[in-house]
Amino acid sequence: MQGVLPEVFIVGAAECDLGVTNKSILELQGQAVTRALADAGLSTRDVDGIATNGISRFSATQLADYLGIVPSFTDSSFAGGSSFEIYVARAVEALRSGQCTTVVISFASNQRSAKSRSLGGVIEHHTPEAQFETPFGPLFPLSYYAMAAQRYLHEVPHGRAALSEVAISAREWALLNPAAFRYGTKSLTPADIEGADLISSPLTTADCCLVTDGGGAIVLTTKVVDKKRAVKVIGYGEATTNTSMTSVDDLLVTGAVESGKRAFAMAGITPQDIDVVEVYDSFTITVLLTLEALGFASRGGAAALVLGGKTRPGGSFPLNTSGGGLSYCHPGQYGILLLVEAVRQLRGECGDRQVPNARRALAHGTGGIISTHATVILERAS
Amino acid sequence: MTFPYLPIEDAISAPYWEGTRIGELRMQLCGSCSKFQHYPRALCSHCGGTDLGWQKVSGQGTIDAWTEVMRAPQEGFEAPYIIARVRLNEGPIMLSRILTSNAATSNTEVKCDQSVSLTWQPLSDGRALPLFVPVGG
Repeated sequence: MQGVLPEVFIVGAAECDLGVTNKSILELQGQAVTRALADAGLSTRDVDGIATNGISRFSATQLADYLGIVPSFTDSSFAGGSSFEIYVARAVEALRSGQCTTVVISFASNQRSAKSRSLGGVIEHHTPEAQFETPFGPLFPLSYYAMAAQRYLHEVPHGRAALSEVAISAREWALLNPAAFRYGTKSLTPADIEGADLISSPLTTADCCLVTDGGGAIVLTTKVVDKKRAVKVIGYGEATTNTSMTSVDDLLVTGAVESGKRAFAMAGITPQDIDVVEVYDSFTITVLLTLEALGFASRGGAAALVLGGKTRPGGSFPLNTSGGGLSYCHPGQYGILLLVEAVRQLRGECGDRQVPNARRALAHGTGGIISTHATVILERAS
Repeated sequence: MTFPYLPIEDAISAPYWEGTRIGELRMQLCGSCSKFQHYPRALCSHCGGTDLGWQKVSGQGTIDAWTEVMRAPQEGFEAPYIIARVRLNEGPIMLSRILTSNAATSNTEVKCDQSVSLTWQPLSDGRALPLFVPVGG
């Protein structure tokens, strides 16, 4: 192909029902897709690309069948919570090459209603991890994040207070988001976080994300009808590091270092140019490690960044403005909702939690046990 | 202390588990780049070479990171207990448990970078799991 590559825009974004829905995965998927398409002024007849997972072994195929369409592009890559940021990269490339014209990226889970989550995770008996890790009894994925947190506290002064501030800040945002699971509850204090039940030390139940139903969808295309509401994809990058709990040498350096570098290089900007940051908060430690890896702080420096209170509503570093996986919604793979919130912030649709004049947003997904990393940078089209 | 999960070994890992029956902690050593790796594989994760042998390691290492697990991941485990990433002196990191003299004092006895030494926990089938105890101060 010759000439300038066409620009790709996110033209629709929506959540399905969140919280406790008592609905099937496919009904929630149907909600997410139809709502995102309606938001874009499109219908299922316009869709020729599907990227999703978590439905069945043939997830994208399953969803295409459910929607009654025959797509020319599908992706069901499974990378946990970062899958949807990875799908953005795949979708952009498929759209630019002309393989398809309109891609829906979606996810939905009914894990809270269906009680389908367990502390030990899914054990696949044929894997090296089942042979060399499962016998010792780690919680999965929690104990890995807990070990990273323990190492963080060992190296970084005020680390425990910083972990707590991540949860406190997320709650403050959730109190401004009527869709948040913790909307209408109360502000948190450090004592609320540190005094909650220890589950895998040093992490307490309050350091852990919610377990809820929920999901969402976004619509990507090269053809923009309403430029005021369109959001341009200006950068992406990914890095995949480990399945084993023992493969990564330094627990405090994540794959977000590389994924972020790639995304910023493609966008031609630096962390200082970002107005809104949406990063995966499976656990409080995830946020500190990710902010450092992406270059918003130096090693150990995220503690000082968050402890200044800058990440809370009204602060100079708006972070996880929906309330995050900690206080808004965590349907198992939260990455799709990072993108939905980033799009809404750039459109100026966020009401009480709107970041004034947000022009560029970063969404970063983290999946597995800090295993898969994907960074997407978005910019207002108008 | 209960260890209800019996790992399913395979042809690649059999020498590792065989070693546990006679109190030998074995790691794969690459004949091309002379580096150890854990877990065992059909190739060297450092250089891609396939000339892999087995060597007994010292059983000495340090705690890279640890966590006290307060709830059992599945039936049969009895929480609380401490799991850790142990960095062996030979290089590889392995997951294990840290045994302490008294669970209540675990938070002072167990620290990152603390030296540890190997001990064995028999499994019901004659194999054993390598566990570690803190050494020195």
